[in-house]
Amino acid sequence: MINRREFCKKAMVMAGGIALPLSAFQLFDPKSLHAEKNDGNSTRWIFLVDTHKCVGCGFCVKACKSENEVPFETNASRTWVERYVVTLDGHTYIDSPKEARNGFTSTKIDQQHHGLKDVKNEDIAKGFFVPKLCNQCDKPSCVQVCPVGATFRTNDGVVLIDRKWCIGCGYCVQNCPYGARFFHPVHHVAEKCNFCYHRITKGLKTACVDACPFGARKIGNLKDLSDPVTKVIMNDRVGVLKEEYGNKPQVFYLGLSKEVR
Amino acid sequence: MVHGEVWTIKEFFTYPNEYIYWPITIVMYPYITGLVAGAFVLSSLYHVFGVKQLKDIAKFSLVFSFALLPVAMMPLLLHLTQPFRGIEVMLTPHFTSAIAAFGVVFSTYGMIVASELWFVYRKHFVEKALELKAKQSRSGVEGIFYLIYSLLTLGAYDISEHALEKDEKAVGLLAAIGIPVACFLHGYVGFIFGSVKANALWTTPLMPVIFLCSAVVSGIALCIVTYAAVVSMRNCIYRRKKKDNPSLPDDPTIKPVDIESTRTTVKYLIAFLILAFVLELLDMIFRIYTATKSWDILRVVIFEHDLIKVFVLQYGIGNILPFILLLLPGLTVRRAVIASTCILFGVFMMRWNVVIAGQTFSSSYSGFMEYHMPLAPVNLETLKEGLAGLIAVIVTPFILFFCFNKVMPVFGKPDSH
Repeated sequence: MINRREFCKKAMVMAGGIALPLSAFQLFDPKSLHAEKNDGNSTRWIFLVDTHKCVGCGFCVKACKSENEVPFETNASRTWVERYVVTLDGHTYIDSPKEARNGFTSTKIDQQHHGLKDVKNEDIAKGFFVPKLCNQCDKPSCVQVCPVGATFRTNDGVVLIDRKWCIGCGYCVQNCPYGARFFHPVHHVAEKCNFCYHRITKGLKTACVDACPFGARKIGNLKDLSDPVTKVIMNDRVGVLKEEYGNKPQVFYLGLSKEVR
Repeated sequence: MVHGEVWTIKEFFTYPNEYIYWPITIVMYPYITGLVAGAFVLSSLYHVFGVKQLKDIAKFSLVFSFALLPVAMMPLLLHLTQPFRGIEVMLTPHFTSAIAAFGVVFSTYGMIVASELWFVYRKHFVEKALELKAKQSRSGVEGIFYLIYSLLTLGAYDISEHALEKDEKAVGLLAAIGIPVACFLHGYVGFIFGSVKANALWTTPLMPVIFLCSAVVSGIALCIVTYAAVVSMRNCIYRRKKKDNPSLPDDPTIKPVDIESTRTTVKYLIAFLILAFVLELLDMIFRIYTATKSWDILRVVIFEHDLIKVFVLQYGIGNILPFILLLLPGLTVRRAVIASTCILFGVFMMRWNVVIAGQTFSSSYSGFMEYHMPLAPVNLETLKEGLAGLIAVIVTPFILFFCFNKVMPVFGKPDSH
């Protein structure tokens, strides 16, 4: 007759004995091994912004809003353009009036509550435009913090939002260092740029890339070494925004300046 | 309009999508959770550590903690843009998110408080159920109460001395488990903020500890205020009744607020108050001294935009003034209540200065946002997340407490503990 103590001991040994070979199955799963070597995807969408070429026309913002059904009058956008004006005394003025949906039509800097700031031409050291969009990070903090998993990263690197699952807590919005997210005014769920996923997966370019008359925006596939965008990223000196957060952003910039936020 | 646009005023450069996304409702969330945790810790001081002077207030704070518990969820639900999907946090949690743990932590804690209450009040439930059962003709209300009490006994009618002794042990055990869980509950709320790496003001490992200490402070303070208010109110009502009807028999449960109990409570209050204050100060000194990239803008927020809110309202009225009031010799109940009210206000301001101030600067560090709480509701958003929502959150725990007190009387009936 086995007593209780013996039974417990034997049960533990048996459980251990069963668990060990089972864990080996996990360890030597060829699929996961293959995935660890190479993530098994032939695509990793990336974006290249050439700030030298941007003139601040705002066509990209307009195209994005219409393609992705974000109402034109909404004071938020999946993509926007920032203007940087650096004066000779070292002061930096930044603005993005109405996300630049109408382009930069005035030389005055929009200081929002403080009105428009007139900076004289002779005081300006340099000025440039920087288009912004979601960085489709490799380690997206928005995905990490979503309490219900409504936002997720696809195998080809794009971060998407499930509008039917998002509860609208705003934790992802708070956790994005780039200010890429907002609440959709119609659907009332988190919203952001998704590289026009519905287009790029069908072989098209994103709406903003198509709309840019100067070729300042380009989309590419990092896994394809013959892709012209990949070539630029491999061979040229490119920068990314806010690297210090560790999100590993995948929107690359040519001509970044230290003033860019 | 985008969510948040109606109450946000922007200055200089902010990213176009930046708004105050977490308004007053999210200020109330950590505030209420803190009160829940604090009230529970206070009740545990009696049940676990046997601080006898806290006997009266312990029972009170346990029931009050239970009344606050469902309200902790209320501001969150009011805040969600899709409140009907809120339950998904519990059903399909995504565990890399700090918020996803909410369901587990919150329900664990809720179950502990509920079971502890059950053990504390079991004798009362049984007595009431038997008393009503024995009645020949029950009125409608009595019928309902009979049903409630019978259900609450869960079929355990044994109230022999041996059984009650076991109950007492269970209460001690549950209270002991409850303390770390209550601390975890609130420390975890601090973690929700402290782990937002994109926000320079929030991201600090001290956040959970700071939140926890101020939670205990606010919970104890609320218990002192509410306990004194309820006791005085009962006395007042009794005196008025006695005046109208001098033949009314003396009620042994009518007695003035116990000053000894208040003084003991205040001791714990002061200890946690010092701890909370020192930790907050440490955080600020560390930021000033290290002066990392974000300090330039945080300095403007703390020392210019929010100077009065931080130094006058939070530290001055909320910390230093009550500290002096409580330490002056010859503490009276009235002074303890005034000081505790100041502390409650101070902790609320602390929550405000974390939640709102953390969103008043752009993550571009080049501009600011100002929050204007909507007073009159103009749409659903301003109704839920404005003054109306705030009032609902403040009033509900008292209504719940009133209802719970009908079934689990905090005063009167001497219990087995």
